[in-house]
Amino acid sequence: METQQPEQFSFDFNTETAQIAAGAGDELRLQMGEFAGPLDLLLFLIRQEQANIFDIPIAKITDEYVRYIRLMKRLDISVAADFLVMAATLIEIKSKMLLPREISTEAEDEIEDPRKELVDRLLEYEKFKSAAEMLYERTTIEQAVFARGKIESDENNAEISATVFDLLTVFEKILHRHKEVVTMEIHREEVSLSDMIRNLKRRIFEELELNLVSFFEELHTKRELVTAFMAVLEIVRSESVKLMQRQTFGDIILKKV
Amino acid sequence: MEQAAEAQEKRSTERLAAIVEALIFVADEPIPTKLLAEILEEDRDAVEAAVESLTSRYNERKSGLQVRAIAGGWQISTRTEYHEEVRQFLKTRPSAKLSLASLETLAVIAYKQPVTVPEILEIRGVQSASAIKTLLEKRLIITKGHKETVGRPMQYGTSKDFLIHFGLKDLTELPSIEDFEDLVQ
Repeated sequence: METQQPEQFSFDFNTETAQIAAGAGDELRLQMGEFAGPLDLLLFLIRQEQANIFDIPIAKITDEYVRYIRLMKRLDISVAADFLVMAATLIEIKSKMLLPREISTEAEDEIEDPRKELVDRLLEYEKFKSAAEMLYERTTIEQAVFARGKIESDENNAEISATVFDLLTVFEKILHRHKEVVTMEIHREEVSLSDMIRNLKRRIFEELELNLVSFFEELHTKRELVTAFMAVLEIVRSESVKLMQRQTFGDIILKKV
Repeated sequence: MEQAAEAQEKRSTERLAAIVEALIFVADEPIPTKLLAEILEEDRDAVEAAVESLTSRYNERKSGLQVRAIAGGWQISTRTEYHEEVRQFLKTRPSAKLSLASLETLAVIAYKQPVTVPEILEIRGVQSASAIKTLLEKRLIITKGHKETVGRPMQYGTSKDFLIHFGLKDLTELPSIEDFEDLVQ
């Protein structure tokens, strides 16, 4: 029988979030950083109470949880938001459990425990937490194994598939280079994305291979560059065109497959 | 051509094992049996037998090296026992480990792939954006196209580098996620 006390705490989201944003204290951040998320914290609290996961003393755990949240003054906001969502869930479950259950002997089995959904999530989460631990152990072992170092010759890895990150880096470099050249833009040249895609497709089709750096350098305005960059992304996504590098840190080349 | 074929037939397992050893040694990445068979114009069984004899020879003479099945291929690497000496020579320290959040996110992706960000959030109960960014940068995960659902969210899966990093032959070598259930209860 749970002691039926009135609400022991008030939880005002406005003041609570404000405190998290305004608070200070790095030691708290370190302390809380150990928890990978609200489910992790919840599992820890359940363990600490030595409670059975299938019969969580929800009032007690909720209090503990909220107490912890109050301690979390300085976490980054997005994490704090996820922790607050869980606090709300707990409070909701707690209030549901305080409501008198419908008295019906027959349908007793059909009334779902308000905790069920949360317990299912916790069990599911704990599996992945264990899987993460397994991965951690594997890296520890793997770090004790050394393979032969890479042979640094470009012939051996002629084609390195370039990623979007590489592409962005190139684009940034070119934008930067363009900054240095002072251009007078007197009239605006409107280049539509579809024109640019058509133009780019034609070039790749004719030349089979297109050096992206030189293609970008043919363009003059920032507007054209941005349109060209979008056109490249679009073409790579939708057409049978490959991005590649002939050598590490080499120019990125668009190639027809 | 016939002469070549004859010459190949004469390749004993011992000789084939030696050639295979040379190829595994020079390969930058784990080299698959299929590729070895293609290059040497031998059938898979012969190559497999050669790798097997090579592996057992390494083990018998208690070599400092081992032949390992990893990421769908074969690799020659040092044995774990000698990591201290190797590290001393290379002057390296164990590289920075992944954070708890990154490892958890990676575990979800490894077992649920292809998986979207909202699906990861559902399991972890916390935003995973920065963890996903780290994993992408380390090339442990790759994008696997869009999911054809509202908003067409991006899907993620593990990469070949993931297998290499965690010393896995392939994804089936991961313990089943249901095995962790027993640990939980």
